[in-house]
Amino acid sequence: MSQKVLLNAKEINIILNRLACQLIENHKDFKDTVLIGIQPRGIYVAERIKKLLETDYQIPEIKLGYLDITFFRDDFRRSDKPLEANKTKINFVVEDKNVVFIDDVLYTGRSINAALTAVQSFGRPKNVELFTLIDRRFSRHLPIQPNYRGRQVDAINEEKVLVKWVENGGEDVVYLVNK
Amino acid sequence: MSELSVNHLLGIKYITKADIDLIFETADHFKEVINRPIKKVPSLRDITIANLFFENSTRTKLSFELAEKRLSADVINFSAGASSVKKGETLIDTVNNILSMKVDMVVMRHPNPGAGVFLSKNIKASIVNAGDGAHEHPTQALLDSYSITKKLGEVAGKKVVIVGDILHSRVALSNIYALKHLGAEVKVCGPKTLMPKYIESLGVEVELNLRKALEWCDVANMLRVQNERMDISYFPSTREYTQQYGLDKELLDSLDKEIVVMHPGPINRGVEITSDVADSGQSIILNQVENGVAIRMAVIYLLASKIKQQ
Repeated sequence: MSQKVLLNAKEINIILNRLACQLIENHKDFKDTVLIGIQPRGIYVAERIKKLLETDYQIPEIKLGYLDITFFRDDFRRSDKPLEANKTKINFVVEDKNVVFIDDVLYTGRSINAALTAVQSFGRPKNVELFTLIDRRFSRHLPIQPNYRGRQVDAINEEKVLVKWVENGGEDVVYLVNK
Repeated sequence: MSELSVNHLLGIKYITKADIDLIFETADHFKEVINRPIKKVPSLRDITIANLFFENSTRTKLSFELAEKRLSADVINFSAGASSVKKGETLIDTVNNILSMKVDMVVMRHPNPGAGVFLSKNIKASIVNAGDGAHEHPTQALLDSYSITKKLGEVAGKKVVIVGDILHSRVALSNIYALKHLGAEVKVCGPKTLMPKYIESLGVEVELNLRKALEWCDVANMLRVQNERMDISYFPSTREYTQQYGLDKELLDSLDKEIVVMHPGPINRGVEITSDVADSGQSIILNQVENGVAIRMAVIYLLASKIKQQ
């Protein structure tokens, strides 16, 4: 197994700042916008973005929730490993809001497809956008594209993009791992 | 999340503490799901479940059916009263006929102890025991322990007394297994005639005095007197039973601590428990019913995940 660094901490920070500014361009004061981190790994990116918006760009009271998509996945009973559920935490109204899904890596698009179904359990959003730190090009199974993209990566199926954060015991770094 | 160690839920006796922990953890997620504006997930959309009730049931049947529908499974229902069982069909034939209709899972209640175990050895489908005679009622025990966890934080170290007709109760047996797995101290309380002969071999103590039992416990699980299973008279009169083993407000208030009161239903109000106790703040009877749906969703979901795609 070999791995190479795709993004280091400094590069990640620059990208997150750029994406935060793009969000502000479209959502201004975030009055009718809610951020939803996709469990399990999207929540770290989402927390960072919330912190950036609130502290560096002085936008108060950003609403952030976590959405778990386990029970909405299309590979139940098809994958070898049992699916592991995580906590959903959405303490605000989604109905008629601009929803931004936040995830670390966009690969086949199936997770986002499941998230689109899952979020409807909480109401009918006005619109839904997708924010992803890494976009794995040419690997989509579904017609899903991000609105906010950190870095586009060409990776073959045998490779894995691994995003690590200080918060989950490591340093901020994105690896391309050859399995 | 790992997997259950079993392919069927036939009784608490056959599962491990790790299984119970996994079921509780999964039930937490489903409890959140059933409090959403839309209370349904699509996980089991390609699974068909048959609810076979060879014995009457209200709560359990509704709770299972709701759990199955909340998981998007297809559901068929069967009650023995209105079926060919009356014409002499055997259990295996009845179930095999139903399984030929491509059913993946069977939820069964049956008056004979061991009916679920027998079926699991003879047919290809995942079986959930919804009560077999006076043997086991695993989902009730799971939801009882889960309700204690939600109310008191954990089951380990808690003192639980099960009061009433222990002899005829599948809820009592399953509860004893579950509470022991989870590290609770358990006593049973009731007339000596309604105590099974070897009950102490399960590691529980017998207490014949209700007041003493209540003074000892943190949780009292009040069971119903199962008149329908009694072939002889086990106590002189219902009035005498109520005087000796009925829980009323006066007795509850005279204790020097606040205990949690549970009842698996159906309640015979005024017999084992009075209305003012059943409806009091110390009673978690309706929480038990709500938790029942989440627990059954978890059990069905986890068992279904072991049915491999064909």
